Amino acid sequence: MEKKDIIQSFKDSLFTGLIALALFGPIVGLRTASKGEGLYITPQWGIVFLLVGLCILGRFLINLNSARKNEITFFSKFTSKFSAITEDKAKHFAITAILFAVVFPFLPFTDRYFMDVAIMILTYIMLGWGLNIVVGLAGLLDLGYVAFYAVGAYSYALIATTFGWSFWICLPLAGLFAAFFGILLGFPVLRLRGDYLAIVTLGFGEIIRIILINWYEVTNGPDGITGIPRPSFFGLPFKRSPDEGETSFHLFFNLEYSTMHRIIFLYYLILVLALITNYFTLKIRKLPVGRAWEALREDEIACKSLGVNPTNTKLTAFAIGAMFGGFAGSFFATRQAFISPESFTFIESAIIVAIVVLGGMGSQTGVVLASIFLIGITEMFRDLEQYRMIAFGGAMVLIMVFKPKGILANRKPTILMHGDKK
Amino acid sequence: MSNLLSVENLTMKFGGLTAIDDLSFDAKNNQITSIIGPNGAGKTTVFNCLTGFYKPTNGQMFLHKEDSKISLRKYTDFKIAYVAKVARTFQNIRLFPAMSVLENLLVAQHNELMVASGYSLYGLLNLKSYRDKEQLAVDKAKYWLDIIGLTHRADDNAGDLPYGDQRKLEIVRAMCIEPRLLCLDEPAAGLNPKESAELNKLLKFIKTEKQTGILLIEHDMSVVMGISDHVVVLNYGKKIFEGTANQTKNSKEVIEAYLGVDE
Ligand SMILES: Nc1ncnc2c1ncn2[C@@H]1O[C@H](COP(=O)(O)OP(=O)(O)OP(=O)(O)O)[C@@H](O)[C@H]1O
Ligand SMILES: [Mg+2]
Repeated sequence: MEKKDIIQSFKDSLFTGLIALALFGPIVGLRTASKGEGLYITPQWGIVFLLVGLCILGRFLINLNSARKNEITFFSKFTSKFSAITEDKAKHFAITAILFAVVFPFLPFTDRYFMDVAIMILTYIMLGWGLNIVVGLAGLLDLGYVAFYAVGAYSYALIATTFGWSFWICLPLAGLFAAFFGILLGFPVLRLRGDYLAIVTLGFGEIIRIILINWYEVTNGPDGITGIPRPSFFGLPFKRSPDEGETSFHLFFNLEYSTMHRIIFLYYLILVLALITNYFTLKIRKLPVGRAWEALREDEIACKSLGVNPTNTKLTAFAIGAMFGGFAGSFFATRQAFISPESFTFIESAIIVAIVVLGGMGSQTGVVLASIFLIGITEMFRDLEQYRMIAFGGAMVLIMVFKPKGILANRKPTILMHGDKK
Repeated sequence: MSNLLSVENLTMKFGGLTAIDDLSFDAKNNQITSIIGPNGAGKTTVFNCLTGFYKPTNGQMFLHKEDSKISLRKYTDFKIAYVAKVARTFQNIRLFPAMSVLENLLVAQHNELMVASGYSLYGLLNLKSYRDKEQLAVDKAKYWLDIIGLTHRADDNAGDLPYGDQRKLEIVRAMCIEPRLLCLDEPAAGLNPKESAELNKLLKFIKTEKQTGILLIEHDMSVVMGISDHVVVLNYGKKIFEGTANQTKNSKEVIEAYLGVDE
């Protein structure tokens, strides 16, 4: 690296520091405190200088890294090796990952906490895979995906509490409801692209949440729905003492009662649901409709000139994406046994979009890696409470700096004429 | 030779600007009809009206079919390609750059493949009937790739092809919908003389071997003079001349339109 570059990046980071100072100065530096009768300003310049210093240092390091782009840096070496492994041997990686996921609950270090985090990660993986159809394949930036998650959860909760039907009947119904809402949202936004589409879908997500809060008679408003039936193992409930004439899981299999049984069952449930989503997506990507989605993402005008109906194509993408969101919502409802509008805020949509985009648009494996990375890191810092969102942001910045196109950005053709070269 | 397309009194206004002014012309089956004219003459706008991207302010466009004729005005958007079988290419190439060459050609056969895949149901079940139809679609793609000599790049991204190959690919992609009328907007733009000659060969092949009429917008006179059966000259949206390539070359009006006249 040349001296010129270093000076240049140093200047640049000083400028960053200036911006940081302008921002943090008033926001962090001047804190109002009420003492006695009046409000006083307590300056906190120490923290400001710490933050500004961090910004300068961070920017400088990033600059150094990008200035040395042509030389092999530690990070790019690491990440390119990583993507080489996962792309070349995608199949091996997938099989290993699935095997690991299957034995995970029985590993010696796996405790209740790990299981909860794993279930959460798997839920996000499933949501990411569902949204990948809309954002990654069809290229429709949907910032309101949480709406379908909510529709799925509420449909499930309402059907299950009203009619008392089992999980396996309520699940497809909830999925259908969500798909229906996907089409409902699809119609008005068909003509919109890019930013405009993003804004309208964002609005849709908020509308659903606000309806859930205000439609008291049906949704029970902000209090949410309680007493959602827990899932049973093919009719065997996970209860310590089953009702009259009922056998519970541990009695049937002659096991000691443990709350872990239900957790493990939930874990496998979401694992299977997520794998179904993945399998379905991988299949449909290779069908004409999947190719049309990707073609639409690439160039809508060219699609029209070839006779591809953009309306139907977009609606199927919205409907199918929404359906999987609905399935994930059902799972969420049955796992929590309680849902309220608070679980379906914009931040959820943002996280799911982040997972898809940072994973590498359209990459299924990328979604897994991004979920583990983003959710895992955020969980690790759970003790820091509200500061863990900083960890989330930090993880996003890391991916954007080192892998601007997403962790895995390689697209494989859906069909080959000459077969695999390797 | 029978008429394929007749354009009658076509007018297209954008606010105060009249991009096409009362234009009438015919195009025949198995012929190459060229539309030429200086920049901004309204050539691309004619294509946009024909292929349903714009709705003309006035006038009619008919596609003849044996004894009947269909009005292109009735079809908008994707239905022009799907129902009326009018295909087009674009002045600025519009491929699907991140998809492979083969995939580009399969998207062009989308509607047949959708039916064959039972709107995805048979496809998801991986039925043999679907797999056979898909193989047919791949064969058709290979047929066209063989003709333009790009078979060896079938699995590469369309965006990675050299410019000249992208042009050719866009043309054969349009041919994959088996069009009755093929509209080409400046296909020779940016090609070197060798590629230009190959393009001429390809267009002649399409004209003679396929039941397709070609409408060609072109600035490259070597292409226009070499292969056109009929030439329509536009200037400021008006037709100023119509005739064979030779007649056009020697026409006083055309030379004036291109070079300007002393007042
Ligand atoms: N959508 C539109 N809105 C307003 N004006 C338009 C529109 N499309 C075309 N025009 C105008 O119509 C006129 C004809 O444009 P057109 O693109 O058809 O020209 P062209 O003959 O294809 O020129 P070139 O050889 O440069 O491609 C131009 O003056 C152009 O500015
Ligand atoms: Mg033009």
